[in-house]
Amino acid sequence: MANSKSAYSVAGKKQKNDTHIIVVWVDNEAGVLARVVGLFSGRGYNIESLAVAEVDQKENISRITIVTTGTPQVIDQIKLQLKKLVPVHKVADFKREDKNVIFKEMALFKFVANSENLIKAFKACKNFNPVVLDETKKSKVIQITALRREIDKMSKNLTKFGLVSVSRTGAVAMTRGSDVFK
Amino acid sequence: MPKLYSGAEIVFKCLEDQNVSHIFGYPGGAVLPIYDELKNFNSIKHILVRHEQGAGHAAEGYARSSGKPGVLLVTSGPGATNAVTALTDAYMDSVPLVCITGQVPTHLIGTDAFQECDTTGITRPCTKHNWLVKDINDLAEIMHKAFEVATTGRPGPVLVDIPKDIQFQKTKYRNYKKVKKLNGKSHDKFTQKNIDEVIELISKAKKPIFYTGGGVINSGPKASELLRELVYATGFPITSTLQGLGCFPADDNQFLGMLGMHGTYEANNAMYNCDLMINIGARFDDRITGKIDEFSPKSKKVHIDIDPSSINKNVKVDLPIVGDIKSVLTSTLKTLKKSKKNFSKSNKHQISNWWEKIQKWRSKRSLDYIGSEETIKPQYAIERLYELTKDRDTYITTEVGQHQMWAAQHYKFNKPNRWMTSGGLGTMGYGLPAAVGVQIAHPKKLVVDIAGEASVLMTMQEMSTAVQYNLPIKIFILNNEYMGMVRQWQELLHDKNYSESYTAALPDFVKMAEAYGCVGIRAKTPEELDDKIIEMLNSDRPVIFDCLVDKQENCFPMIPSGKPHNQMLLGPKDQKEKKITGKGRTLV
Repeated sequence: MANSKSAYSVAGKKQKNDTHIIVVWVDNEAGVLARVVGLFSGRGYNIESLAVAEVDQKENISRITIVTTGTPQVIDQIKLQLKKLVPVHKVADFKREDKNVIFKEMALFKFVANSENLIKAFKACKNFNPVVLDETKKSKVIQITALRREIDKMSKNLTKFGLVSVSRTGAVAMTRGSDVFK
Repeated sequence: MPKLYSGAEIVFKCLEDQNVSHIFGYPGGAVLPIYDELKNFNSIKHILVRHEQGAGHAAEGYARSSGKPGVLLVTSGPGATNAVTALTDAYMDSVPLVCITGQVPTHLIGTDAFQECDTTGITRPCTKHNWLVKDINDLAEIMHKAFEVATTGRPGPVLVDIPKDIQFQKTKYRNYKKVKKLNGKSHDKFTQKNIDEVIELISKAKKPIFYTGGGVINSGPKASELLRELVYATGFPITSTLQGLGCFPADDNQFLGMLGMHGTYEANNAMYNCDLMINIGARFDDRITGKIDEFSPKSKKVHIDIDPSSINKNVKVDLPIVGDIKSVLTSTLKTLKKSKKNFSKSNKHQISNWWEKIQKWRSKRSLDYIGSEETIKPQYAIERLYELTKDRDTYITTEVGQHQMWAAQHYKFNKPNRWMTSGGLGTMGYGLPAAVGVQIAHPKKLVVDIAGEASVLMTMQEMSTAVQYNLPIKIFILNNEYMGMVRQWQELLHDKNYSESYTAALPDFVKMAEAYGCVGIRAKTPEELDDKIIEMLNSDRPVIFDCLVDKQENCFPMIPSGKPHNQMLLGPKDQKEKKITGKGRTLV
């Protein structure tokens, strides 16, 4: 870049990306999700999945779980920027490899196939707490809960048994043991 | 039964309780109920601008020169969108603003009503926080919260969007009591251990430097005093960012001048070669650091900032200290005095080699330029302006471009809050309305907008505001007929292809001044410059000063893009002697 034609500096060295799960406790008010999501898009951070719902009706607190990737510096920035938002109460950050944290995602699979394949499909799901929510002669809707990458794999492998539609919640997280994140 | 107040009245009750004396604004359909109440609140004076962007920048100038939050009041739709540039500008430069916008009535929101826009949606990324008031009972609390958010921590703009029906509705108003709690987001997070570590680093350093920024000014005048005390107590050199100018006296020997892209040779080389860098209230902006990978490679870095997200954002630091500069400096000085008495004397020997090196860099005289007897050199114009105004307490605003950098380099600031410039966003058109705001805050003081002819045309309409309120602001235009900084970059990087950077049909600024009802003065030669400046200063009316300067002059020294601090491009004198070596020249 000896002859950069830009008024701006050239990008520095790139660091390695890690996957992190960021959990944010926010006031459940209008626009709060837009603030959080807008912060990510505005600053060029990644969102792989997003799960949000109110968890405390008395205090009006919602819990947002975001799966994101970034360099350690970017992950730090994400946390610090989130903490600056007025409706944000606290921010937790877990590495995907963290053994002390449970990550789960729920998925609904719809299969349209003959009965033989429908049985195979259900069997294939057996490690992931499968529940049959709906059943006809030609179809089945199965609910499973698993890790993100397990669901990724499943949705690829099950097409041969007639998987036609997938709906997923995005990962949610909770620490193991008696400790509560403060 | 307690008295009921309308939403519009509550807005003013809140402003009164927040000790707001001036608001800048422009009326329109969705804020009419608020404008209707104005007559009943004598303690609040409204300044009618000519464009909502002007209201925003005026409020910024007011805030930055006075330390109080600036307040603007605009209507829905275009009123709000016109204010967006000023809000973004304030967000980038950490200026406390409270923007009140009208909104279409609640039942029309979302119907694409006349002059409706998603104001809170549009301004979400350019405010610290914003609110759409949906219930009259929330209004007072939101208003006070808005002031709290704008002024605490790292200051910044906030916006309160009030639908017209809410302005009419009535409710009770409880008088406001200021509470100290900061929503759990307290700002001093440093410990005595941090301070001890700084003192340890300070006492060991052989090549130290203070690198200070706008955070010192935002922390209040006391912070500047403490900074001076610390700098004198250590004997260390100090450099400042564009926004930090004034927190340390520019004519002091320990001051190396501004650093960064157009900073001095000595400041940038000291930053590159130091072994200890103490960043106080600056944010490692890309105009400061140059190439990040080669930024000050051998130094230990201390970063004192109120905003935790500023730390390690661009540059990894060794010792972060999160807190208000005033309290950090207080603790540092206290500890220094206790543990190292007469430090500056005992330390003198340790850093004497460093000062010798700095003197060598200084002897390059990187701000020098080639003078002329025929044409006014822009640097000369600023120097003369400085010499003729330095005995007064002068407030300077600027637009954005070459003139801004020349002003930063050649006008010497000795006090905080005297220098208002758009640094982060780089908003052309900032200076004139900002000068209006500064003059409102300081009616008796001299306020000069050092301007470029291209920038000033962007918000020229605010001259009308200045005339209406008898604000004797001085618009000092360095007129080179080019968008100078654009032309400079085109010369250096785009083979002198001056694409669209020449303004072919400029107005006659003297006649324009007369048309606005103010005074127009033109200076054409260096010989007449002083007399004309004195004529400007003697006028008690607003003045547009058209200073015709050298059209080809470039702003040096300069760090070309993507280069580290030690590869500066010096001025034409130096280039002739071919002193720049290696990569630094490849760009020329």
